[in-house]
Amino acid sequence: MHIVVCIKQVPSSIAVKTDPATQALTCTGSDYLINPFDENALEAALVLKDSDKAKVTVLTIGAAQAADVLREALGRGADAAQFISDAAFDGSDAWATGKILAAAIQKLGDVNLVICGKQTFDGDTAQVGPSLAEFLGWPCVAFVRKIALEAGALKVERMYEEGFEKIALPLPAVLTVGKEINTPRMASLKGRMAAKKAQLAPITAAALGLAPETVGAQGARTRLAKMAPVPRKSGGIKVDGSDAAVAAKTVVDKLREMKLV
Amino acid sequence: MIDKSQCSGVWVFAEYRNGVIQDVTFELLAKGRELADKRGAKLAAVLFGQGLKDKAADLFANGADIVYYADAPALATFNGDAYTAQLTALVQQYKPEILLGGSTIAGRSFFPRVAVRVDTGLASDCTGLDVDAAGILQAVRPAYAGNVLATIVCPEHRPQMASVRAKAFKKGAPVAGRTGELIEVPAATGEVKTQILETVRDTGNVVNLADADIIVSGGRGIGGPDQFGFIQDLAAELKGAVGASRAAVDAGWISSVHQVGQTGKTVKPKLYIACGISGAIQHLAGMGASDFIIAINKDAAAPIFEIADIGIVGDLFAVVPALTQALKNR
Ligand SMILES: Cc1cc2nc3c(=O)[nH]c(=O)nc-3n(C[C@H](O)[C@H](O)[C@H](O)COP(=O)(O)OP(=O)(O)OC[C@H]3O[C@@H](n4cnc5c(N)ncnc54)[C@H](O)[C@@H]3O)c2cc1C
Ligand SMILES: Nc1ncnc2c1ncn2[C@@H]1O[C@H](COP(=O)(O)O)[C@@H](O)[C@H]1O
Repeated sequence: MHIVVCIKQVPSSIAVKTDPATQALTCTGSDYLINPFDENALEAALVLKDSDKAKVTVLTIGAAQAADVLREALGRGADAAQFISDAAFDGSDAWATGKILAAAIQKLGDVNLVICGKQTFDGDTAQVGPSLAEFLGWPCVAFVRKIALEAGALKVERMYEEGFEKIALPLPAVLTVGKEINTPRMASLKGRMAAKKAQLAPITAAALGLAPETVGAQGARTRLAKMAPVPRKSGGIKVDGSDAAVAAKTVVDKLREMKLV
Repeated sequence: MIDKSQCSGVWVFAEYRNGVIQDVTFELLAKGRELADKRGAKLAAVLFGQGLKDKAADLFANGADIVYYADAPALATFNGDAYTAQLTALVQQYKPEILLGGSTIAGRSFFPRVAVRVDTGLASDCTGLDVDAAGILQAVRPAYAGNVLATIVCPEHRPQMASVRAKAFKKGAPVAGRTGELIEVPAATGEVKTQILETVRDTGNVVNLADADIIVSGGRGIGGPDQFGFIQDLAAELKGAVGASRAAVDAGWISSVHQVGQTGKTVKPKLYIACGISGAIQHLAGMGASDFIIAINKDAAAPIFEIADIGIVGDLFAVVPALTQALKNR
């Protein structure tokens, strides 16, 4: 059993700045970490590793510093890591990201299961998991909250708006998971020390057999036409809450006037 | 890749769940009607299921000129494999210019797969749509943790696909008796590898925050699990749902299904009441689009006040019960 977990490095906070000269927006991140749902994906794989003797490989596409999340994952118990990095990948949309990840998974050759986070914190498309499944031609269940391996096939629970569904599917397959599935473990000290030494040479487009113009900004099916600040409303009123009953009456009168209650 | 010059029409995927066509479908038909009229093209709805033919009337009444309907056991409830194959087959045959669907769990599960199969781009979880004179769909979506609005286009490939958040658009008024062309299409569900063993409706454990008109949320300021009773009382009085910040969830005071925000649910109620929530950007990403926001916080400088329509500076333990009482007296 070989499980691949796709993890992305995301900023924990993002600052938006407008260039006063050009009015162009720039978004800069800080404090990079593993995308929260990808931590759940990794944990789900490690749980299967503990019980079913699986091998777990973590994959990331990103710039040089993105290798940090691979080391973190190795520290938590992943067996191997693939650092996919090439300037040709810059500007990839979800379509292109799915294509690159699928190429890397195909190259590994013996993968039975891919687990992704349900969505990323920055890109936030929830597209990459299902897209890469399609590039691989594998079945996919997204928004999974429970995974069991039974006789070489999967039984999963998929969330939907009013409950959940039990679904059976064969391997190989792609799943995406949310935080409902587990609580991620921490890296052990020993794991962390070992991960420091891991060699993470970048895997390039050429190594994956991908022509540069089929990935990155050139290969992407979508383009970013414009970025604008989120219009936030203003002009709200402040109410002094030191006399709670008076404040409450003011608010309820206003709500009634607006027919909200 | 589908030849761009052959594509026309705006399509809306009609999501049927729990015995009803979901509201987001009607919201999209209203918006889709606008886009189709701008393009001088037809608006179609695509409906999959079993024994749902009579539901087409609702789709016509809400603006569809055409309804494509596929009836098959494999389509009776959402199945990613079957829905992907069926929608792909239809798109390849009838070649729409624009294809829209709800950003629901089903929509987000299978739209990306259809996009890859027909070789086109998809903008996910959009909150705004328009089409320019050249027929390019301008899909607007929050990005970078809700910090900016990005306009996404798919210039070369067709159809131009977008999944759209519930309540991003308003439903139109249905026109009773409005009719259109019902096209029954053969089932093309392909090889279905995923088998649904059981569907468990679990509304007791599930808070459908996305659909709630009123949400009362508690944050770290609540101080403990027992005090969530104040929030529940106010929510009950307003017949609303209970939400929470991540801090309250992480503290273990309330289960994570209640979490609103970047890593929780995105909500857009008519009224959102934030109690003891500071208003971190990750929280705002989930509720900033609410129609009317009331914040109760003892710190006058809390960022939540920047987006609140009414900001009450005070102790929530006094203000929240007083609000509940004032509503009882109304
Ligand atoms: C990757 C990532 C994802 C995240 N996703 C989410 C998410 O989905 N949702 C989310 O909410 N957060 C999320 N966060 C966390 C977010 O950054 C904040 O930490 C969190 O929202 C803070 O919750 P809070 O407002 O309840 O707590 P605090 O920021 O601690 O605020 C508590 C507030 O309560 C007020 N208060 C205290 N006592 C009283 C009283 N008696 N009466 C009135 N007011 C009182 C205080 O003045 C304070 O403003 C995320 C963070 C990261 C890094
Ligand atoms: N650059 C990347 N490298 C590795 N995995 C990724 C990358 N981008 C997205 N993913 C995976 O795809 C999931 C969904 O991402 P997204 O479609 O961007 O919301 C993430 O939770 C990851 O598991």
